[in-house]
Amino acid sequence: MIEVRGVTKRYKEKVAVKDLSFEVKQGVVTGFLGPNGSGKSTTMRMIVGLDAPNEGSATINGKSYADLGVPLREVGALLEAKAIHPGRSAFNHLWYLAQSNDLPRSRVDAVLDMVGLADVARKRAGKFSLGMGQRLGIAAALLGDPGVLLFDEPINGLDPEGILWVRNLLKGLASEGRTVFVSSHLMSEMALTADYLVVIGRGELISSGSVSDFIDESSGQFVRVRSPQADQLTALLTSYDAVVVREDDGALAVSKLSAEAIGTHAGDAGIRLFELSPQRASLEEAFMELTRDSVEFHGHGTQPASNDSDLVAQSASSGK
Amino acid sequence: MSLTLTPSVPSTRPRLRTTNLLRSEWTKMRSVRSTMWTLVAMIVVVLGISVIGCLAISNNWTTMSLGDRLTFDPTGFSLKGILFSQLIIGVLGVLIMSAEYGTGTIRATLTAIPNRPRVLVVKALVFAAVSLVVGEILSFGAFFVGQALLRSPAPHATLSQPEVLRAVVGGGLVIMVLGLFALGLATIIRHSAGAITSYVGAILVVPIIIETLPSSIGHSLMRFMPVQITNVMTATSPLDVSRTAFSPWVGFALLCGYAAIALVIAGVMMVRRDA
Repeated sequence: MIEVRGVTKRYKEKVAVKDLSFEVKQGVVTGFLGPNGSGKSTTMRMIVGLDAPNEGSATINGKSYADLGVPLREVGALLEAKAIHPGRSAFNHLWYLAQSNDLPRSRVDAVLDMVGLADVARKRAGKFSLGMGQRLGIAAALLGDPGVLLFDEPINGLDPEGILWVRNLLKGLASEGRTVFVSSHLMSEMALTADYLVVIGRGELISSGSVSDFIDESSGQFVRVRSPQADQLTALLTSYDAVVVREDDGALAVSKLSAEAIGTHAGDAGIRLFELSPQRASLEEAFMELTRDSVEFHGHGTQPASNDSDLVAQSASSGK
Repeated sequence: MSLTLTPSVPSTRPRLRTTNLLRSEWTKMRSVRSTMWTLVAMIVVVLGISVIGCLAISNNWTTMSLGDRLTFDPTGFSLKGILFSQLIIGVLGVLIMSAEYGTGTIRATLTAIPNRPRVLVVKALVFAAVSLVVGEILSFGAFFVGQALLRSPAPHATLSQPEVLRAVVGGGLVIMVLGLFALGLATIIRHSAGAITSYVGAILVVPIIIETLPSSIGHSLMRFMPVQITNVMTATSPLDVSRTAFSPWVGFALLCGYAAIALVIAGVMMVRRDA
């Protein structure tokens, strides 16, 4: 289990992480989600003792990282891709780490095999692709067969096959009862891999909880309704405090009222419905909605276009 | 909040063992090419200078001035390459640490060994052993090769003569200590280019600046310079190098002091700074 309590990290003027607290439980994959530059990597570095927090503490199984007797046997971390000397072979990179923590040579061979690098183990790591570098980093994390694992953006640079492999690996590690903490800026990836989420923006905790709770809480669910009597229906539903937005194709997006209620009210009023379909905002939309105000670096499109994820905000503001 | 109790920790907690850390550091050092190439470069420079210099003396002895012949020190002359090898050992001393920071390997190292002063001490021990062995082999090699090439009427030295063994052994020792000084600098500066520049500045550029000073000030400063300390150490008659020089072992103690100060500052900064 990883516990982060009231951690604040400042770099000169800039606050990278602000009073952050959360727990990462064992036996599940916990996703660490936030836009680029939101403090994910900094937080992970503080957990493994590379960066010192200005305030607060991070512990692993109740101990600070420095107090772990043989750290690689308890914690494995992939912190950045290709943090390897380009002149050193994959084998020697793992071998020096293994030797320091008194791990047998058989572990080096085992993890090389596990990540699929056994054939290139003697090649210089400088010739590795980004994906191979990631695999080597994952091998290093798995070296001591640790109960707690941290992965910072593990799928960066991996091909689809590699991404699938990482997903299954993370889930497999969690199902063995390990604590698995994995960061990503991709909500869609977390939706497939994680059971729990810790969401941060600008170094502050935005939300934490199970993935399904996260979607329920943070995204407006709405019901898509099509009717030839759209104006009449809009008037009817707003009288029941629903928020109704007319979409470009003439359909109505109705929120704050269930599909059953909409169907019943429409039926009672004799309004015909052609479509009545509950919609759930995608996880990606939920994430963007949640972190809208905390994105550090905004890109600007070539033309101002209305964004699907603005739907919830629009409906909220345009509702009577 | 959680009701699960943490399992009681056994009292004899497993720890990292120093022998394992030394082995690990040795693996790290030998598994990159730069180590081998810098050591090869040192051999070429030190032996090459001894060979070329001693051959030249043998061939030109009769045409040399009387003064040159009287002050000729066959031991010190055959060890002239030690001075240049210091630049190379400095580069190696810098690289074994700065490459860890430059490539990000330091983060893997520090997650495996969270005790940072221990990382530095282990690295210094392994590097000291490597550079001492290489330094002594070079120093003795240069001495024997040089003496073999010095032919009569040019004089040559033997290890049994006074001060000769001290000069030859000392040649290897200064290589080791300056390598450790470079390791300390690299840990403080953390960038290869910056650390190498600082090291070369301290070894080569500062003495050049001192030479431009009035000799009253210059001489008293020059004796603190690694260049002069090395020249004194590798000579059998230190007074030939400079009248104001420190004696060989006082100079060597000073050199050790420089390395120790650099390594202590390095250790403190390693603990204080984020990796």
